[in-house]
Amino acid sequence: MAAPTIDALSQFRLTTGLGPIGRAVNFTNSNEMMLIAVAIVVVLFAIGLRTRALVPGRLQSLVEAFYEFVYGMCVDNIGEEGRKFFPLVFTIFVFILLGNLLGLFPYFFAYTSGIVVTATMALFVFIFSTGVGFYIHGWRFLKFFVPDGVPGWMLPMLVPIEFISYLSRPVSLSVRLFANMTAGHVMLEVFAGFMIMLTATLGIFGAVASIIPLGLNVALIALELLVACLQAYVFAILTCLYLHDAVHMH
Amino acid sequence: MRRLLAIASLACGAAIGSLTLSGAAHAASSMPQMDFSNPLNLSQVVWLVIILVVLYFILANWALPGVGAILAERAQRIQTDLDAAHAAKAEADAAVAELQAAIRSAREEATAELARATDAAKADAAHQAEELARTLDERLARAEADIAAARAEAMKAIRPIATETANLLIGRLTGAADEARVGRGIDAALSARGMA
Repeated sequence: MAAPTIDALSQFRLTTGLGPIGRAVNFTNSNEMMLIAVAIVVVLFAIGLRTRALVPGRLQSLVEAFYEFVYGMCVDNIGEEGRKFFPLVFTIFVFILLGNLLGLFPYFFAYTSGIVVTATMALFVFIFSTGVGFYIHGWRFLKFFVPDGVPGWMLPMLVPIEFISYLSRPVSLSVRLFANMTAGHVMLEVFAGFMIMLTATLGIFGAVASIIPLGLNVALIALELLVACLQAYVFAILTCLYLHDAVHMH
Repeated sequence: MRRLLAIASLACGAAIGSLTLSGAAHAASSMPQMDFSNPLNLSQVVWLVIILVVLYFILANWALPGVGAILAERAQRIQTDLDAAHAAKAEADAAVAELQAAIRSAREEATAELARATDAAKADAAHQAEELARTLDERLARAEADIAAARAEAMKAIRPIATETANLLIGRLTGAADEARVGRGIDAALSARGMA
């Protein structure tokens, strides 16, 4: 009997989804999860908006709470101009949040664990906020790289540093989310694999002992729930901060 | 804003595309996420962009304005109710103030009326007392005059009785009486007693 090995990375393997049609257009299993996330959002809003009650029911309260949470985040961090960016931030927030949370279900694919997915969103935020900066301030937006109140002779040193730190924004933004989600899922898989290995090698004693990795996995799920919400929040709030920099230049 | 969104999506799509394609030239990594030779890694980005754009339009044009309208309506309703409550309170306050003013003026009026009535009654009583005193004084004066008259009448009768009595006594004792001396003696006796 070959000893089972832990294959923690195969869970991130992309396959095609939606049957032969999906295969024809390279529609992947991660895109399937994205569609499910969009469907959940649409259904939640459809139910929440159906009654339009003055005193909201549960689902309407949930939808309103999300709305007010993200709206507050936009207005608090960007200022009054944040209302224009609110749909964008909301889209990013719920998309990442649902991706993170859905990924925690067994056999579900966590699309936020793909570096290309997070990099696409981070690059979009980066390019968009830079575009907003140039759109609002014109070429004066370049002064963003010149810190206020710094002696002139230090500028040749500081401006490149500012510029590099600005350029590193999409990298840190994408890698933070990707690494958090990947690490969480790898750990869950590893501890689950321990249970199989223990049972395979130690028999009945191993089956009893695998209660330890099981307990660890239960704790990890709680941690991953926190991480899932936190990373969605971090991504959204950093988006807000970058937009704030673009709008206010400081 | 819309144009900016579109430009940014296109630019980042192009950037990711070129990054992925350039990565595809390298050897396959052990991590499926880093395996850029897999065409699914690029295609999932294309579908990601399509799905995100659809989600953005659904949220921006239908879902979020709907929730915003509900929240605005609720805020407006609450504001209207608050305003109505404030107006009702102001009205009630005004009514209370009016009531208190009415009570105060009524009390003042009643006090004034009472003072007026008291004054009138006092004046009346004083008048009556004065009247009574005057009639009593009159009666007293009349009675005193009557007494004085009666007394004068009685005084007039004393002298003849005294004269007659003296004459009789003197006649019994000595015989004849001297009329003139008797008259003088009586006058003296009467004036000594203050009865002349």
